[in-house]
Amino acid sequence: MEAALEALAERIREAAAARRALRLRGGGTKDFYGREPAGEILDTRACAGVVAYEPTELVVTARCGTPLAELERLLGERGQMLAFEPPHFGAGATLGGCVAAGLSGPRRAAAGALRDFVLGARLLDGRGRELAFGGQVMKNVAGYDVSRLLAGSLGTLGLILETSLKVLPRPPAETTLRLELPEDRALETMNRWAARPLPVSATAWRDGELTVRLSGAASALRAAAAQLGGELVEEKEAAQFWQGVREHTDPFFEGEAPLWRLSLPSNAAPLALPGTQLIEWGGGLRWLKSGAEARTVRAVAERAGGHATLFRARDKSAGVFTPLPPALARLHLELKRAFDPDGIFNPGRMYEEF
Amino acid sequence: MGEALAAAGVGQAIDHARQRETVAALRAILPERSVLWQEEDTRPYECDGLTAYRRLPMVVALPESEDEVQRVLAACHALGVPVVPRGAGTGLSGGALPLGDGVLLSLAKFMRVLRLDPVARVAVVQPGVRNAAISEVAAPFGLFYAPDPSSQIACTIGGNVAENSGGVHCLKYGLTVHNVLRVKGYTIEGEPLEVGSEALDAPGLDLLALVIGSEGLLAVTTEVTVKLLPRPETARVVMASFDDVGKAGDAVAAVIAAGIVPAGLEMMDRPAARATEEYVSAGYDLEAAAILLCEADGSAEEVEDEIARVKEVFTRAGATRLMVSRDEAERLRFWSGRKAAFPAMGRISPDYYCMDGTIPRKRLGEVLAFIGEMEAKYGLRCPNVFHAGDGNLHPLILFDANNPDELARTEAFAAQVLEKCIAVGGTITGEHGVGVEKIDQMCVQFATPELECFHALKRAFDAKGLLNPGKAVPTLARCAEFGRMHVRGGKLPHPDLPRF
Repeated sequence: MEAALEALAERIREAAAARRALRLRGGGTKDFYGREPAGEILDTRACAGVVAYEPTELVVTARCGTPLAELERLLGERGQMLAFEPPHFGAGATLGGCVAAGLSGPRRAAAGALRDFVLGARLLDGRGRELAFGGQVMKNVAGYDVSRLLAGSLGTLGLILETSLKVLPRPPAETTLRLELPEDRALETMNRWAARPLPVSATAWRDGELTVRLSGAASALRAAAAQLGGELVEEKEAAQFWQGVREHTDPFFEGEAPLWRLSLPSNAAPLALPGTQLIEWGGGLRWLKSGAEARTVRAVAERAGGHATLFRARDKSAGVFTPLPPALARLHLELKRAFDPDGIFNPGRMYEEF
Repeated sequence: MGEALAAAGVGQAIDHARQRETVAALRAILPERSVLWQEEDTRPYECDGLTAYRRLPMVVALPESEDEVQRVLAACHALGVPVVPRGAGTGLSGGALPLGDGVLLSLAKFMRVLRLDPVARVAVVQPGVRNAAISEVAAPFGLFYAPDPSSQIACTIGGNVAENSGGVHCLKYGLTVHNVLRVKGYTIEGEPLEVGSEALDAPGLDLLALVIGSEGLLAVTTEVTVKLLPRPETARVVMASFDDVGKAGDAVAAVIAAGIVPAGLEMMDRPAARATEEYVSAGYDLEAAAILLCEADGSAEEVEDEIARVKEVFTRAGATRLMVSRDEAERLRFWSGRKAAFPAMGRISPDYYCMDGTIPRKRLGEVLAFIGEMEAKYGLRCPNVFHAGDGNLHPLILFDANNPDELARTEAFAAQVLEKCIAVGGTITGEHGVGVEKIDQMCVQFATPELECFHALKRAFDAKGLLNPGKAVPTLARCAEFGRMHVRGGKLPHPDLPRF
């Protein structure tokens, strides 16, 4: 592993000396995400393997090239899971790509996002130096929280070598229910449920149907299911449904129309935008398939108190992520310079400016 | 501590010309009552919760509006005067220790809850709002704010954001960083800054994670949006006695191994239990070597289930006595001793020094044995309370600050324990922050490249280094002087160089 690490560091030093862009890449399952990738591919998959896993410490540490599927299988064998249910978007997804993309799945509103589970990280910075932040313990406030900053950084700050994540036990039981509700009533219902101590672990609304997953002790699920009403969804069908929402294999995600991801306050009113929607996270995440103009979508998201990302589209000329206000944009440039002074890592992947 | 104090320039005389100039600049912005500079007025601000460190600030500013904060910061930046932000001053690491040549910026007047939305389950509050007050205003809606540091009746949300405060329910509900959605504030230049949003994420890098826990070095917080959670229907506590600390540690691991994430999981050793029992009569078993408190919350069915499983795990782990709270009053009584552990120490010793290391739980027995050896070595008592669920230790060294030799021994004792925490794969601070107190141990926990990175991050927000300088991150020069270095993989950096 030392050799693999040294090879990566050497490539980075060479690239920095020549000011040549590097495109950090694991399994390539998230090539579609963000702005157009640029630079020579630096494959992270040689740096793989679980470094430490202590089920009773609720922590797993693994190298960037570790296949996400392998990691989740290992946790599953001990009755544990990555509670943020990261989407893989393909068979080859790696842990490094998962952390760099920072995406979370259906359980996010209930359990927290990927960044909430990051405990520590090791990275190679733009000079090829190895840095370690955080650690393998639940609480750690020594130094700035750089490991969490790496979550969702799209590889723009450094090559994530290794990450320590908090893991959680899998719930003893799960039940999925389905209710017929129009969009406005579904939003109202999801927000009402979230304000009560119910074991709701995922919600998804599309085509006039609200699907809700409950997770926890069997006794608690029985009591909650009786309160929520709706039809019980058969176990196998439910598993397939949530997998489809998580991995975007659900029929909703088919087709060529641009896919927008709107992150909004959960109680934001139904969107006045053309197209079809799938709503998750208790109303906080709205997937929109729409040919509407980018500036219209962004304006609607902003007025609702959130932001819009052009998640999948053939034409990304309108930009992918919501532009930052000037003060934040300047800070981003400064932070980029602090980690990657020659600007070699994934240039332009997040914003054009870096 | 003594070393740190000397290096931090305690006792340095105030430059009166500089003081007059600064007061004049601030008087142009703030009303007379909001600018303090005479010793009798600035004395109350000389320290925070870490009372061993005291220093008079050159000037205290007490702005009342965001506009005033912005102008005070811009004025200080223009004059090159450093600024130390302060909330309630309950911090335990000296993060709000003033500077003799600086302005202490108190946010104490920012006490309003600006908005509470029971549907979206968020509250927008000013930084001087007390932690417990948020849950109080949310209570009529069946909601609460989860992080509950033991100082919650006094500490403010602004300080919680600065320190990324935890509490006794972190394992299940997380720290401040998991429960804050947005922070608004100003950079030292007086530039407005807004990180996070009322949605679950925001575009760009996660600057919210960077600002939370930055110990007031990156920005001054003027508004915080927190997430509110539905209050669990019910909660009950299992109290278990063990005749051996190691067995209690194993019992904690067994709870986790059984797939349970309790709402709270706390341990006290016998000296801690005895001291708190004398103080609050919580009903603790004084013969036990260690007591565990394990709380289950949720629906009545869930709690009943979990309590039964926890009892079974504890019994198998060799508990000598088990009690389950029968009602809310008893649950609160069981907790009362744990929550009063710090003041209880104040009754049995003139002074106590609280540590905050976090370790992997499986190393607990080893670290407690080490603390026992240190008690003998330094001739000082050290009861232990422990957030067992998340590995966060609070050993409390009892000493008398009027005895300089005891103070010196306490410092050496604490330094060795913190370095032991690092050695077993943990950290020097789980929730209290580095401040000035643990700044030398940062040299042991981090190597030069990480420290350089921290300084580069700081410069991105504060190029002149005027916001809370000298806290949280040591300079490389200071680490060189401190003489103890981070050892990576058993190898010193530049092993070929001679060391003295």
